[in-house]
Amino acid sequence: MAELSQLYDAIITGDAKASVAVTKEVLDGGADPLELVTKHMIPAMDEVGRRFECEEYFVPELLLSARAMKGAMALIRPLLVAQGAEPLGRVAIGTVKGDLHDIGKNLVASMLEGGGFEVIDLGADVGTDKFVDAVTARNANIICLSALLTVTMPAMKTTIEALKAAGLREKVKVLVGGAPLTQRYADEIGADGYGENASVAVSLARRLTAARAT
Amino acid sequence: MRTRFTEVAIRAPGDLLYGIAPRPVSVGRGLTLGGGLVYPESNFTLPAMTINEAAWPQVIEEYRQMAASIIKRACALEVPGLVLEFEQLPALTEHPAWGAEITALVREELERAHAKHGLKCALRVTIVDLRDATRPPRLRSGPHWEAMREAWRRAARAGADMLSIESVGGKEVHDKALVEADMAGIVYALGVLAARDMEWLWSELVAAAEVEGAMAAGDSGCGFANTAMQLAHQKMLPEVLAAVVRAMTAARSLIAYECGVRGPSKDCAYEGPVLKAIAGCPISMEGKTAACAHLSPLGNIAAMAADLWSNESVQNVRLLAAGAPEVFLEMLAYDCRLFNTAAEQGRREMLRDLLVASDECRSPQALLLSPQATLRIAAAILEHAGDDYRRTLAAGRTAAALIREAGAAGRLSLSKVEARWLDRIARDLDALPEDAAALEAEVLPRYGELFDPASYGTPAPALGLE
Repeated sequence: MAELSQLYDAIITGDAKASVAVTKEVLDGGADPLELVTKHMIPAMDEVGRRFECEEYFVPELLLSARAMKGAMALIRPLLVAQGAEPLGRVAIGTVKGDLHDIGKNLVASMLEGGGFEVIDLGADVGTDKFVDAVTARNANIICLSALLTVTMPAMKTTIEALKAAGLREKVKVLVGGAPLTQRYADEIGADGYGENASVAVSLARRLTAARAT
Repeated sequence: MRTRFTEVAIRAPGDLLYGIAPRPVSVGRGLTLGGGLVYPESNFTLPAMTINEAAWPQVIEEYRQMAASIIKRACALEVPGLVLEFEQLPALTEHPAWGAEITALVREELERAHAKHGLKCALRVTIVDLRDATRPPRLRSGPHWEAMREAWRRAARAGADMLSIESVGGKEVHDKALVEADMAGIVYALGVLAARDMEWLWSELVAAAEVEGAMAAGDSGCGFANTAMQLAHQKMLPEVLAAVVRAMTAARSLIAYECGVRGPSKDCAYEGPVLKAIAGCPISMEGKTAACAHLSPLGNIAAMAADLWSNESVQNVRLLAAGAPEVFLEMLAYDCRLFNTAAEQGRREMLRDLLVASDECRSPQALLLSPQATLRIAAAILEHAGDDYRRTLAAGRTAAALIREAGAAGRLSLSKVEARWLDRIARDLDALPEDAAALEAEVLPRYGELFDPASYGTPAPALGLE
């Protein structure tokens, strides 16, 4: 039977085939799916994040690891659902109205997915109504807003105001990111968090969902 | 009608100089670009604000104030000439009448200065490529293309002397391939998809500019190579990858000139020296003076072959001295004064060499901008002049070889992580097929769903894969 450390290693090296094969084997052998996630997979992604932060890894390696994590999660998620376990969080992410830039948004979406979140990707140039709809119709509990242009940053504030107007602001955490943004701007517009890169976004989302749970 | 370049316009590295282009162009009110002098090209943009009908009077006032203050400072500093670039924001291209209104007011300011102070000047308008607003992008039809075409025409009618665009054909595939460092996808995006779009787009745009009496003035690999440069700056991608991607964009951006563009390339096209070496066109470049918009490892070396010296884009915010656009015009003006004084005193080559030497060995991206590297990349492109894919691949392989040679010679120091990535990139490029159709068959399963084959003039599904 495969060693659980092999799953940890497969995620760190971004080997999706190995990650899926090991997961299947250990699940067949009776491993607890929740324990796989919390004791092996999330620590592996934490190590990947650490390597990124200290510049041993670049984004291509992060994405490979996220893909390996995602492959394993595809096998594990149905079992968790059957046990009644809630996903870590459901994230609706998009680049705000008027802004077509989506590389950063895509990176954050991939990393969140790799980090165990369920991700609803709303695309680029997303109007406030779609973010509101993601909360009301699709039960998103985290909204991630991205902008690259200074002239589209105000659309983040507009989106937060639309969530307030719809009576949804208390139900969701709003994270913002993008090259021209700062923590100060995030505070000014009433966002719950600001991440300066994709890796930070995942830890931030985890922290906010953990805070919500307590 | 595309006519491919088959030989270089500049044969020796020593002949690649700032201020002098083999094929200078006269434009606007008394300016000759590439005729001996370097001129400032000032680019300015709005502070954080919403652009809509309610805010329109404020938008107009912001642009009027920026143009007037830049021109006033330019006259005070007695610049030999000035180019203003009005780079549209998405909303201004989406509403072509809005873009035209701003164009007209900037033109008025320039004409007033020309009449009053004899300021030699020209206006470049850059429209936004809106076509990737949908997924997959529709490049050759639809409301976004129609709006762009209308914005292009209206900008010319409203007084643009030069028209540019930073086109995005192939970017939908490149974005994904870049962040995965998938060289097959990157080369496919640049050498096949982007090349097909460039040929179609620039044939359309050159014809439209001619009808309206404006000068078509080139494209930029900004959406590809500057994206890579910025991701490398943020340590998200290896810098050697950004350098190799930059070299490959030259093969793509050259297509605009093969389709009839004559004007100076865009400031953010750091592939400009290769374009100048092959097409002989004047080029606009940006370096340390563009730090208001983005950081780079190319602050000095970017100027070594510049004919226009730009600040990329600066927001209209107040600094201690004055408004930021005015401040950055002053920096450009003093740089140009130095370039032109050195040339006047017979020291053009010496200053060019200092600009190169001060940056060249500090970054793989800078290394590839040196005159020697520029001509090696240009030669590699022309060796496969008739095949867009092979010339892109050749540019990439040559770039990797240049970085490796510099490392081996001790002229460039790479970290272990960067050196490992260089090996991987070189190996991946070497492993790519020599034939575009073979590459296409290889990458379509990974990228086929991201793009619309009809937008690239190929039947769906591309290559008959069913």
